[in-house]
Amino acid sequence: MTGIEKTAQDTVGAPGRAGEGLDARLVVERGSFRLDVALTASPGDVVALLGPNGAGKTTALRALAGLVPLTDGHLRLDGAELDRTPPESRPVGVVFQDYLLFPHLTALDNVAFGPRCHGATKAQARAQAAEWLERMSLAAHAGAKPRRLSGGQAQRVALARALATHPRLLLLDEPLAALDARTRLDVRAQLRHHLADFEAVAVLVTHDPLDAMVLADHLVVIEDGRIVQEGTPADIARHPRTDYIAHLVGLNLYRGQAEGHTVRLDGAPAVTITTTEALTGPAFVAFPPSAVTLHRDRPTGSSARNLWRCEVAGLETHGDQIRAALTGELPLAADLTTVAAAELDLRPGGTVWATVKAAQTHAYPA
Amino acid sequence: MTSPSSPSPSRPSPSRPSPDKAGAADTLTGGRRRRRVRLRGGAPLPLLLPALIGLAFLVLPLVALLIRAPWRSMPDLLTSTEVWQALQLSLVCATAATVVSLVIGVPLAWLLARVEFRGRGLVRALVTLPLVLPPVVGGVALLMALGRNGVVGRWLDDWFGVTLPFTTAGVVVAEAFVAMPFLVISVEGTLRAADPRYEEAATTLGASRFTAFRRVTLPLIAPGIAAGAVLAWARALGEFGATITFAGNFPGRTQTMPLAVYLALQSDPEAAIALSLVLLAVSVAVLAGLRDRWMTAS
Repeated sequence: MTGIEKTAQDTVGAPGRAGEGLDARLVVERGSFRLDVALTASPGDVVALLGPNGAGKTTALRALAGLVPLTDGHLRLDGAELDRTPPESRPVGVVFQDYLLFPHLTALDNVAFGPRCHGATKAQARAQAAEWLERMSLAAHAGAKPRRLSGGQAQRVALARALATHPRLLLLDEPLAALDARTRLDVRAQLRHHLADFEAVAVLVTHDPLDAMVLADHLVVIEDGRIVQEGTPADIARHPRTDYIAHLVGLNLYRGQAEGHTVRLDGAPAVTITTTEALTGPAFVAFPPSAVTLHRDRPTGSSARNLWRCEVAGLETHGDQIRAALTGELPLAADLTTVAAAELDLRPGGTVWATVKAAQTHAYPA
Repeated sequence: MTSPSSPSPSRPSPSRPSPDKAGAADTLTGGRRRRRVRLRGGAPLPLLLPALIGLAFLVLPLVALLIRAPWRSMPDLLTSTEVWQALQLSLVCATAATVVSLVIGVPLAWLLARVEFRGRGLVRALVTLPLVLPPVVGGVALLMALGRNGVVGRWLDDWFGVTLPFTTAGVVVAEAFVAMPFLVISVEGTLRAADPRYEEAATTLGASRFTAFRRVTLPLIAPGIAAGAVLAWARALGEFGATITFAGNFPGRTQTMPLAVYLALQSDPEAAIALSLVLLAVSVAVLAGLRDRWMTAS
């Protein structure tokens, strides 16, 4: 079963059937920082905690594993209360960010460590470990010490080690962050495959929206210790509710008051955006940078109602595109081709006119 | 102003290929580069002169020991029963003291490095105290605690019939008292440098904290424990003050090598030199064993 099929089938994020799955409210206070997030997931779900550094994602993961005590809240897994259970007694497996494979043990013994702690004899534990390594296509590296493994192999050994204890909750902390770009692509695909096979709840932490969208079927966006938005990847990509998410998914996002097809921006009431959708009250307006057209001179006879005078703040290459960061009446990101940029003679500090067709904007209630 | 002769022979050739192993390579090449820079400017005389005197001061006594050694009568001196007894006793007691230090010192180091508790700084200071305490004072303190009329010794005597002072076990106690801090400090340092998250990883796999310590932490810090044990062993082997105060000086029972050397010096200086050479040889062996560690540690 692939992740996409699963998304279609399950009502992801709803509390599990008959108390199955994860039901948690994690409150952790540390000095002035307070984490307060509620997480629910059914068996088979892959939930991604997405957020900027320092948002509290890893703290949430450590709280789930029992490595950080809860200040308040609750943690139920398959109906069992876990908030007072020590980490070694929780049916939880963790893949740490830098894997933390025991350097003095071979890949096989790393994977056998969990079963051994759960009462298997040495021979049984090793046999199970060998099976897991086989499943991860790592049988050839069973005797290798962790420092002899490549990043991708180490990641799979760490995954096998976590899965070998048959956890009911699998936690992955930035599972791809330690890999270089090329390995990352392969490992991401493999990890997606293994997560799709996993029958219990998986929670992964990442700051990379692509990882989150590829691997998870439910995203929880955390900022400053609180959930700012959650939903399916597609939903979040289409309807971002904070600047952080909008930036992640590459959208221009504005918040304002809607009156029919016009949204008057909060904080800059003189600026309006004309939209396709007719709304009333608080609203978000989003449009992609590719929807922005730039002009050297004020366009005349343009049908676009959304016209702003901007100053070029910076230019960045993205593949064969150039992304221009614009300030002025409206802070904007605009994508244009290298040729267009040359014709417009764009340079930081220069003035341009930006237009956006109403048809390319997307407004939704805040 | 360069000093004419002395530094140049020790100058390493810059073109020499580096055969160093991966771990030591950085510190070694770093050190070599620094040394070269320093030599280019030349060592100023006001520093060079006292430095050479200092070097001579440390090396000369050892050289003198070698010069005055009664090489011809050496075999006879070293095969006498008394020497063998003292050497045997020294090795046995130092080893036993090291084992005692390991059994109670490693958990103590773990406690200091891994468990947050009030007064940890004070506990660490108390653990370190025997390092700086004059060993004779340590011996007196041990008598007060474990002597036949000591605070604890009285109960040991009454309840178990155990007396420690002036016995071989007393030698072990005195040596462990003086040597254990070396082990604790060394192991605690290694524990602090080791990543505690490995222990966390072990607990998420179902290991209790003790299992995590035994199967993950202990193997990881084994080199530090070994180095600490060697230091403690060397310290125990050379122990004099606490031993003679707490355990006395009975040949065959509590007379270890250092005590024998001291005694021999008064009656038979040649034997004292021979015994000293044995201890010197042991020290050099210990130093050679620790060389790699010290070079990478600096």
